[in-house]
Amino acid sequence: MKSSVIVFPGSNCDRDIANALEKMQFKNQMVWHKETNLPKSDLIVIPGGFSYGDYLRSGAIAGKSLIIEEVIRAANSGCLVLGICNGFQILTETGLLKGTLLRNKHLKFINKDINIKVINNQTRFTSKYKLNQVLKINIAHNEGNYFTNSTHLDELKNENLIAFKYCDEKGNINNQSNPNGAIENIAGIFNSKKNILGMMPHPERMIDKLISNTDGVNLFSSILN
Amino acid sequence: MKFSVTVVLKKDVLDPQGKVVQNTLNNLGMNDLKSIRQGKFFEIEIDEKDQKKAEIKVDDMCKKLLVNLIIEDYKINKL
Repeated sequence: MKSSVIVFPGSNCDRDIANALEKMQFKNQMVWHKETNLPKSDLIVIPGGFSYGDYLRSGAIAGKSLIIEEVIRAANSGCLVLGICNGFQILTETGLLKGTLLRNKHLKFINKDINIKVINNQTRFTSKYKLNQVLKINIAHNEGNYFTNSTHLDELKNENLIAFKYCDEKGNINNQSNPNGAIENIAGIFNSKKNILGMMPHPERMIDKLISNTDGVNLFSSILN
Repeated sequence: MKFSVTVVLKKDVLDPQGKVVQNTLNNLGMNDLKSIRQGKFFEIEIDEKDQKKAEIKVDDMCKKLLVNLIIEDYKINKL
């Protein structure tokens, strides 16, 4: 399977995701944001980091870069697109995913391993997980407080477009287990065709027991499946 | 022609930064302070003599990049 990782000035998780993809046997290419041609890919990943130093709003400038036109075109024709952390912020700025990511409720940058629950496992990204499975995954962000209007929130719920929700170790979804104030504890969402996934947690950091755990592996093996 | 654009978070969107600034001013003894919303300010110079046309262009800039319409409101003023 072919993957492309889009690299912006200020991306800093691009090497991590490339490592993860290669470890999972993807044929990966790095694509600089000034490119106007996207190599033929089955999966496009927009990595985490601080593209353009978070100038204006997180992801706002990257969301208007040259390569993004190609990403939008590919996404609209069904290509799988995964946005992690800053990548999720960029996807909301392009309009490929609805809603936006606000400053964390307590105004602090949070870097820790938290728990998320798999809310929909009937998708190309999550089929290898069990429904309601609790994963331990790292988050590292300042703007992860997902917000959207009530119409879209209903759409997310009715069409089963919520991928992951923040929870505690036992899987309880409540205020205590919500690290950043995200509406309804949402940690990741799909678009209506479910070929685009945006998520704040970093699955690419969870693929090796030696440094963390392997809770992120099944996301990549779902895609390969 | 010069314009200013002021961008603020919509009323029902939580503004934690504004809240912290407000609390700090309260702590400094400014007790009659009712509320603070923090925003952004842009000064834009545009090469267009017709004010109406210029305003349309600035509005387009706001919608395309400067403002996230989901959470922010904006005001354009001629300087």
